Amino acid sequence: MSPAGSHRIQGVESVLVIGSGPIIIGQACEFDYSGTQACRVLRQEGLRVILVNSNPATIMTDPEVADATYIEPITPEVVRQIIDRERPDALLATLGGQTALNVAVTLADTGVLEEFGVRLLGADIEAIRAGEDRQRFKAIVDALPAELGAESARSEIAHTMEECLAVAGHLGYPLVVRPSYTLGGKGGGIAYDETQLRTIAGGGLIASRGSQVLLEESILGWKEFELELMRDRADNVVVVCSIENVDPMGVHTGDSVTVAPAMTLTDREYQRMRDVAIAIMRAVGVDAGGCNIQFAVEPSTGRLVVIEMNPRVSRSSALASKATGFPIAKISAKLALGYTLDEIPNDITRVTPAAFEPSLDYVVVKVPRFTFEKFPGADHVLTTHMKSVGEAMAIGRNFGEALNKALRSLETPAAGFWTVPDDRLPNTEPDALQALRIPHEGRIYTVERALREGASVEQVCEASGMDPWFVDQVLALLEMRNELAAASGDLDVLRAAKRAGFSDRQVAAITGVSEGQARDTRHAAGIRPVFKTVDTCAAEFAAHTPYHYSTYDEETEVQPRERPAVIVLGSGPNRIGQGIEFDYACCHAAFALSEAGYETIIVNCNPETVSTDYDTSDRLYFEPLTVEDVLEIVDAERAAGPLAGVVVQLGGQTPLGLAAALERAGVPIVGTTPDAIHLAEDRREFGKVLESVCLLAPRYGTAFSYEEARAVAAEIGYPVLVRPSYVLGGRGMEIVYDESSLEAYVSRATSASSEHPVLVDRFLDDAVEIDVDAIFDGDELYLAGVMEHIEEAGIHSGDSACALPPITLGKADLIRIRNATEDIARGVGVQGLVNVQYALQADVLYVLEANPRASRTVPFVAKATGIPVAKAAARVMLGASIAQLRTEGLLPAEGDGADMPFDSYICVKEAVLPFNRFTGVDTVLGPEMKSTGEVMGIDSGFGVAYAKSQSAAYGPLPTKGCVFVSLANRDKRAMIFPVKRLVDLGFEVIATEGTAQVLRRNGVAATVVPKHSEGLPGDAVAKILAGEIDLVINTPFGNGPRVDGYEIRSACVTSNTPCVTTMPGAAAAVQGIEALLRGELNVRSLQEWHADLEVSRNGKPSRG
Amino acid sequence: MSDSQRAVLMLEDGRAFSGDAYGAGGETFGEAVFATGMTGYQETLTDPSYARQVVVQTAPHIGNTGVNDEDPESRRMWVAGYVVRDPARRTSSWRATRSLDEELREQGIVGISGLDTRALTRHLRERGAMRCGIAPLDAADGLLDRILASEQMLGADLAPAVSTLEPYTVSPAGTPRLRVAALDLGIKWRTPARMAARGIEVTVHPATATAADLLASCPDGVFFSNGPGDPATADYAVQAACGVLDSGVPLFGICFGNQVLGRALGFGTYKLRYGHRGINQPVQDRATGKVAVTSHNHGFAVDAPLVRISETPYGRVEVSHVALNDQVVEGLRLLDRPAFSVQYHPEAAPGPHDADGLFDRFVELMDRSKAAAK
Ligand SMILES: Nc1ncnc2c1ncn2[C@@H]1O[C@H](COP(=O)(O)OP(=O)(O)O)[C@@H](O)[C@H]1O
Ligand SMILES: Nc1ncnc2c1ncn2[C@@H]1O[C@H](COP(=O)(O)OP(=O)(O)O)[C@@H](O)[C@H]1O
Ligand SMILES: [Mg+2]
Ligand SMILES: [Mg+2]
Repeated sequence: MSPAGSHRIQGVESVLVIGSGPIIIGQACEFDYSGTQACRVLRQEGLRVILVNSNPATIMTDPEVADATYIEPITPEVVRQIIDRERPDALLATLGGQTALNVAVTLADTGVLEEFGVRLLGADIEAIRAGEDRQRFKAIVDALPAELGAESARSEIAHTMEECLAVAGHLGYPLVVRPSYTLGGKGGGIAYDETQLRTIAGGGLIASRGSQVLLEESILGWKEFELELMRDRADNVVVVCSIENVDPMGVHTGDSVTVAPAMTLTDREYQRMRDVAIAIMRAVGVDAGGCNIQFAVEPSTGRLVVIEMNPRVSRSSALASKATGFPIAKISAKLALGYTLDEIPNDITRVTPAAFEPSLDYVVVKVPRFTFEKFPGADHVLTTHMKSVGEAMAIGRNFGEALNKALRSLETPAAGFWTVPDDRLPNTEPDALQALRIPHEGRIYTVERALREGASVEQVCEASGMDPWFVDQVLALLEMRNELAAASGDLDVLRAAKRAGFSDRQVAAITGVSEGQARDTRHAAGIRPVFKTVDTCAAEFAAHTPYHYSTYDEETEVQPRERPAVIVLGSGPNRIGQGIEFDYACCHAAFALSEAGYETIIVNCNPETVSTDYDTSDRLYFEPLTVEDVLEIVDAERAAGPLAGVVVQLGGQTPLGLAAALERAGVPIVGTTPDAIHLAEDRREFGKVLESVCLLAPRYGTAFSYEEARAVAAEIGYPVLVRPSYVLGGRGMEIVYDESSLEAYVSRATSASSEHPVLVDRFLDDAVEIDVDAIFDGDELYLAGVMEHIEEAGIHSGDSACALPPITLGKADLIRIRNATEDIARGVGVQGLVNVQYALQADVLYVLEANPRASRTVPFVAKATGIPVAKAAARVMLGASIAQLRTEGLLPAEGDGADMPFDSYICVKEAVLPFNRFTGVDTVLGPEMKSTGEVMGIDSGFGVAYAKSQSAAYGPLPTKGCVFVSLANRDKRAMIFPVKRLVDLGFEVIATEGTAQVLRRNGVAATVVPKHSEGLPGDAVAKILAGEIDLVINTPFGNGPRVDGYEIRSACVTSNTPCVTTMPGAAAAVQGIEALLRGELNVRSLQEWHADLEVSRNGKPSRG
Repeated sequence: MSDSQRAVLMLEDGRAFSGDAYGAGGETFGEAVFATGMTGYQETLTDPSYARQVVVQTAPHIGNTGVNDEDPESRRMWVAGYVVRDPARRTSSWRATRSLDEELREQGIVGISGLDTRALTRHLRERGAMRCGIAPLDAADGLLDRILASEQMLGADLAPAVSTLEPYTVSPAGTPRLRVAALDLGIKWRTPARMAARGIEVTVHPATATAADLLASCPDGVFFSNGPGDPATADYAVQAACGVLDSGVPLFGICFGNQVLGRALGFGTYKLRYGHRGINQPVQDRATGKVAVTSHNHGFAVDAPLVRISETPYGRVEVSHVALNDQVVEGLRLLDRPAFSVQYHPEAAPGPHDADGLFDRFVELMDRSKAAAK
């Protein structure tokens, strides 16, 4: 297994790895996990690793992961520049999702790879094409030997709408539309009639690279399976994992409840699928890496249809890696280097090779996490294109246990069956059986409800298309519940319920006691979980990696240990507002604390993450983040050895929400105490803290009825920001300009009552929003970074672009901010990280909120300032002082993120929004966060940095062509200068009448186009859809034109036209366009930028 | 669950696990072994090589796809006892004709469920396969004594008991292109089927058939099957193998047949601590370096030197295949005679079909021999 005499390829000294860019629906942090693993492997192999990824929130873009890290847009042009500059010997594109694969194909097509002599590792171009091009792939499937008994669904390819309609003529409706070269089902859907076909296929033709879509006969309701395979250059193939979808065909696998291994196949059927998969992999020619192949099986005959293959590491392969312990990405990287599977050791057993197929002695269930509540206008029906934003995985010794654990891992209002009244379930349609016919979020809850209301397993299967085995498993849980309800107090029944995965909360809800009482009863009876190990081999060999999950069985496998341990609680499933950024912070804590001599333990349930990689921490518990599950781990680890404490500050709101309960149970929380957390989170308490240090917050009041709200608003003055008091993450927040809108809001968006009051804040109009991340050790404050938002306050900090260092704030402002932050940190009692959001209005500094935890911006700040902020924070939480960390060199010897050198480069963070997934949703930004991810642009000046951020997030800004402008009255004044500039730069301007008039009066020539609502030909919407517009500037206003605005913005989403919806955004875009026209877009690695910074900071390079 | 339905599994070293009675009621004894396949319980249960063994399934859910008439590998279930964690409540498969539970009862297979099968597996991994007993909890007095009094696997001669009593023939579709005599030491039905698929007519003989019996009809090749028990006891089969080798007729052996050939060549056999029982076992063909993921079910192995070619009474012999997990001998090849064998199951059932090509190798060997004889 040593390189000597191995199959490792020769002549490759440096390799370019392409990452997957921002987190979007269908492409999430699983590619950070896989890319990070790949980079590590390549470096261990002595290669120079060059990385490009625009996503600063990733571990893979940490400067120590690659030799040269380009945080640049992942476009063919930029990657070409990087290749030109770095001259890598090879390119690895199979670990960066669809983004990387598509760029690689373009680079090959345009001859760039050949020009620079870059060799493609992993899958070659022909294999990528054969796998990704649906038509070629179909031909491969159809050419398989007949005795394999596999076929593809009847289908035809169409390149134009006319062809689509013709195909519909032969195949009939419903038709499944599937574009090529996309993922997560983007641009696809099920068309039940011609109107739907026109909409779906129209979008699909735009989304697909080669402008082609596959129209396929519907096989809705068939069983759906996936296999994850690996193949080496010597043609050894292994199937790492089989995954079965509980939701049948028609619901994207990313949106389905899935289970591993497959539960309802006999060996004969499974092996046939395996044979077909291997034959396909060979025929496609994936010869050094992994692939994923999807199948459909007709439930009554077993007819086998191949759906698709992905010749790369995918979301499912991340799931498969976590489900089996087989590190697919790591092995893929080794295979790409030419190693064969038998030459690669299995890390877990150490004695056996990777050339084997994992055997599971447990069941893994994955459930998707949706955020439809953020997109009220969106279609909530689940279909062939993915809509979920995250997922939770759970491991149990049987399906019921894994399902129960997975459901409570999701952190939705319902934490598993029976934990909320039926009227608060995701679906509340009275006829549950009828509801099952249309796939929806949380359909498994509806299955349970239907059964409980008397439907038979057969009826539920018929309505949902789910396999009876799964429905019966839910029935088993229901029967268990009934038994528990009838025999509460019977410890044998309680034991059985725990074995079925019931949480204390479920038991409490069923037996009518509190969760605490349920736990006390259970503990008194000695009913405790044990922890088993994920070992790839069903215990056939000893495991050396403590990757654990809980279950109610006899024997525990937690080993005793000597060193003090720190438990880091992760952030659970990705969702809007809480994503990869928090996982980043948790991983960094594990790295830093491990270096500082602690035994590190991570608890998390998100299979996509780096934190749930078994070698990120010393021990990994793949468990739900609930009080019960965490307490059991704490107890098990306390029994295993000394416990220094539990970190709750880094995983976002999830662990923070557990802090108080954990502390009450006697768990040592390190860093900011739960009492201090409360001071920051409670409006009133926080108000007192601010008062005591003479800081201002926007005036606010609480209202229990519309009358009260009106009185409060009248007192503090309009506009006001209103929100229900009980929600987090800006949910339901709105800016209200007058009384009638206030009344409408109160009656519509909330049901203000004595329990659920409405908060009314003075809305700070035209204010600059500033985000600050800092570390406080009780004495000294390290101001890690100050970010100035591009968009004005009122646009959620997570959706706003921002710049670091701040681009318009002066020294005096920074001093004010630093003092304010220090006062807040001290007043609250922070030990560790704190994030404060300010608004600067007319030179008055207001505090919007303080979060005593890692924020979304921590990784961005770390990348921008070159300082490992999260590592330092973790150390501070465990008692290190900032002074000490400065001495150690983890923090700079002097100064901090607030005094970035005068000539420092500028970093711009831009948010990435999922509107193209939710057609029908208005794209305007507001105080409620909607973005799924972010990118960073870095350059010496703001203009280029901003242009890069736009290019990375949405595609390059236009440098010529036609701009369409339509603005709210309040913005018309601010528009004149930027729009004039665009005209000077050679753009043609067209505008709606009012806007055009203002422009003309100010000497800017603008052509008038009719409003969409006027119903005249050649209106703006038609022009946008026809692709005649290159940039749209449209700010939302009032009620009437709002309709027009909505149509304009939707058209932009459909046609992929850049659309700016705020004036500051427009001004920044103009700066970006100017920079592009000056031809300044060059690439440079993060390491080089940091070296510059180091020089300006110290006059000499010091670290690293 | 009332006490009368509780059961206990006890190992000969005294460790006991309690669970629920499963399958047929009553008491049973056998060698406790674990099998790691996640699919194929029906094939496993009907594999004669599991005779007198109590099989622990590491996969928790067993029985989900019920039982059908196509998947059995022999005329009955052979396991001495069956240990699973979560038996299916409901069968779901378009091919199923009845539930596994019904089938176990019908065939009188005593089982136990609901116990910590992983703990049991780890115990067997650390201490080795050993005798065990399963009994109703309320009838478990003196169980350990009865276990200790039960027969050991070491020294057990089991092939004749599972073998066919009369010869029978499996014919291919169309005219046979080759004829093979197979010695049934515990053969699985898929084996003759895989040969028949290649145009071979297979006549299956009882375990105690002699070389003369096997060669009587002048077959193109002789096949030695898998089977249960200690290969050290199967002198009759070893003699038959010697006779076949002497005759120069091509020989192919699998599993037990590999051990028989090994012994015929003068190698010893030994008992593995806990054996190989699963369908994910990597085996490397040492000539090509290729790895096959294979189906295994063996507790014994051939003791042959890995590094060099051995001189045997039948000429030079090499170890052709090796288990990558633990370097156990997985195949033998004679360099001077048309004979080879593997320790695993090219017919799979259950398991991957990676090694199916070995039957082609057998065909080639027979073709070549035939051509040479002309
Ligand atoms: N012919 C079809 N009939 C019904 N559903 C289909 C069909 N083809 C695909 N699907 C469903 O659409 C989903 C997405 O299709 P897929 O080809 O896997 O696209 P993606 O590349 O986005 O994963 C599948 O998971 C499956 O549930
Ligand atoms: N008083 C205010 N005036 C103007 N904008 C505000 C005000 N309060 C909040 N916002 C805006 O709303 C966004 C979300 O509010 P915040 O209190 O930070 O909620 P969250 O907890 O979701 O981060 C902020 O980022 C800011 O842009
Ligand atoms: Mg897919
Ligand atoms: Mg905020």
